[in-house]
Amino acid sequence: MIRHVFSKKNRALLAELVRTDFKLRYQGSALGYAWSLLRPLLLFIILYLVFAKFLKLGTEVPHFPVYLLLGIVIWNFFNEMTVQSLGSIVGRGDLIRKIRIPRWIIVLSTSISTLINLFLNLLVVVVFLFINHVDLLRTTLWLPLILLEVYIFALGLSLFLSAAYVKYRDVNYIWEVILQAGFYLTPILYPLALITNVTFQKLIMLNPMSQAIQDIRYAAVTHQSRTIYQVFEGGWYKFIPFIIVVLVFLIGLTYFRKESKYFAENI
Amino acid sequence: MDDIAIGVDNVSKLFKLPHEKNASIKSSTINFYKRNKSYELQQALKDISFEVKKGEFFGIVGRNGSGKSTLLKILAGIYSPTRGSISVNGTLTPFIELGVGFNPELTGRENVYLNGALLGFSRKEMQAMYDDIVEFAELEKFMDQKLKNYSSGMQVRLAFSIAIRAQSDILLIDEVLAVGDAIFQKKCYDYFKELKKNKRTVIFVSHDTTALQEYCDRGILLDGGELVEKGKIGRVARDYIDLLNASEEKAEKKKEDIVNQDKKQEPPKRWGTRDIEVISAETLDSREFSQKKIFTDRDKSITLRVIYRAKEKKDSPVYGITIYDSAGENIFQSNSMWLREQTSEITPGLEVEVIWDIPNIFNSGSFTASPAVADKAGSVIYDWRDELATFKVRKTLQSAAFANVAHTMRIKNKGENND
Repeated sequence: MIRHVFSKKNRALLAELVRTDFKLRYQGSALGYAWSLLRPLLLFIILYLVFAKFLKLGTEVPHFPVYLLLGIVIWNFFNEMTVQSLGSIVGRGDLIRKIRIPRWIIVLSTSISTLINLFLNLLVVVVFLFINHVDLLRTTLWLPLILLEVYIFALGLSLFLSAAYVKYRDVNYIWEVILQAGFYLTPILYPLALITNVTFQKLIMLNPMSQAIQDIRYAAVTHQSRTIYQVFEGGWYKFIPFIIVVLVFLIGLTYFRKESKYFAENI
Repeated sequence: MDDIAIGVDNVSKLFKLPHEKNASIKSSTINFYKRNKSYELQQALKDISFEVKKGEFFGIVGRNGSGKSTLLKILAGIYSPTRGSISVNGTLTPFIELGVGFNPELTGRENVYLNGALLGFSRKEMQAMYDDIVEFAELEKFMDQKLKNYSSGMQVRLAFSIAIRAQSDILLIDEVLAVGDAIFQKKCYDYFKELKKNKRTVIFVSHDTTALQEYCDRGILLDGGELVEKGKIGRVARDYIDLLNASEEKAEKKKEDIVNQDKKQEPPKRWGTRDIEVISAETLDSREFSQKKIFTDRDKSITLRVIYRAKEKKDSPVYGITIYDSAGENIFQSNSMWLREQTSEITPGLEVEVIWDIPNIFNSGSFTASPAVADKAGSVIYDWRDELATFKVRKTLQSAAFANVAHTMRIKNKGENND
């Protein structure tokens, strides 16, 4: 199965689709690829001014600006990947209707090009880590694993959403609302400690995105980032986000495989 | 079973066509709850079974909406059948159209690599054949331009050049010849000949009975989603033409009714002294049994019946016929004088029936017949009625000239001549 999935043909096609995606992304813009770096940079300036300077939020968190930027970058990746994947199958209807290629390659190529964008954004974060004189933590080595968790979570959702969107065009509006709610239910702009109710804190941390963002901040910026282990003080509850990730991925994959047979006629 | 390339076994395809005309929010809300009732089923294919042998050039024929494209998409693996199964022995081209995935914002070069990847080639393989592709498409100077600046002919040429690189065991070809100029079409035909020579397995979908008969060995005819004929391509093509004729004859009748109404306003040309009148003229089947408007290869001759009625007493008149093609060109003319047919004396009120049997040598097209009657010497026209009868000819054999008859040729290589 895995060997078939990453056969030479499929790898070549995947690479070509990602390449095309990237070429077309900044088509006709004067600064081109530079926007991949400029966007997080400008975002950082805004966040820094509004939250750190005007609202004086997160003064108790060391390196709060970078802490903030990292959270935003991770959330943006999740947002961008699910939204772009959602429309990817319908958007490539021309291919689906006229050629037999593995359908998941389309979702995968979209996810990979957003992943590349994430790495470009993380480069900017690294620059700010230096500027802010953040000490390099040994826990940074955990970063790839946590990013992988976010990617698998987003991929499971992407598979599900892209397949559902073929049949039900309301899905994108619903997902937009869920993302908006998710953005505020995840401790991105505010430190988790701001929520005084412990039960709410626990509920919020069951969301894999909250867990992952807090873990990433803990691993790379400051150990003062409250993680799920601290919130639940041990106990098996801390595994719930991971279970959710695995379940979402399996459900997404199964649904996608079942539906993909009828993409060509339903688009 | 090793010589079977594709086996199609009892394949049916049902489409769910949703009703999307929800006029108001209220009705769409109601529809939302009764979701399962808001579509209708359409059977695109019904129990189709056939086999394609290895090395065979196999044709699929049918009118628009007969299910050809659905069948092809099922074969290509784009649709999955509702019932039945398909077994494929070997690899199959995954596309049913040229230039799938071409992006107008990318350059010609980038599109070649993208399209190649869709056909299953790696970048390295594409690099190796890139120059050949560009040369074959004759687009050397344009490869760094964006595809949106290409003419449609250039795009087709590029797509075709890539598509023919596909190395699959079984090729699916859907009317590629419909586009492109004469030179490009020749390239297509050459490619087909090469495929045939190399004994590649090809499934070819077309309307063009000439091309079908030229390349295909066997084929199937689809009508309304059902398989109505399978076997030797000659028979399939003939049945297809009959099918077309049958439906055209219906349409023709309707059209004639309309034309007849028009004719009342502007009568066709008619002249003469009217001492003898042409009453009617019509084309018949060979048994002179019923009216017939379309003649095919099966009809060896075109039978034409003309009825005359006399008003005055006349001695041995001359009956004549002229046939024009759709361009108004006089292509056939005859009369009883030239044929040395004896005609008898005519008295007022007498009706005369004249039957013409003209060999069906005509090429495909529409024709009109103008019957006439004249005096003994052929100099005084009693009655001449232009375009009184119309008929059509449809031949499977292609020809650009006026005559189109079954014929043969022999070719011998006589050895070298070194004088």
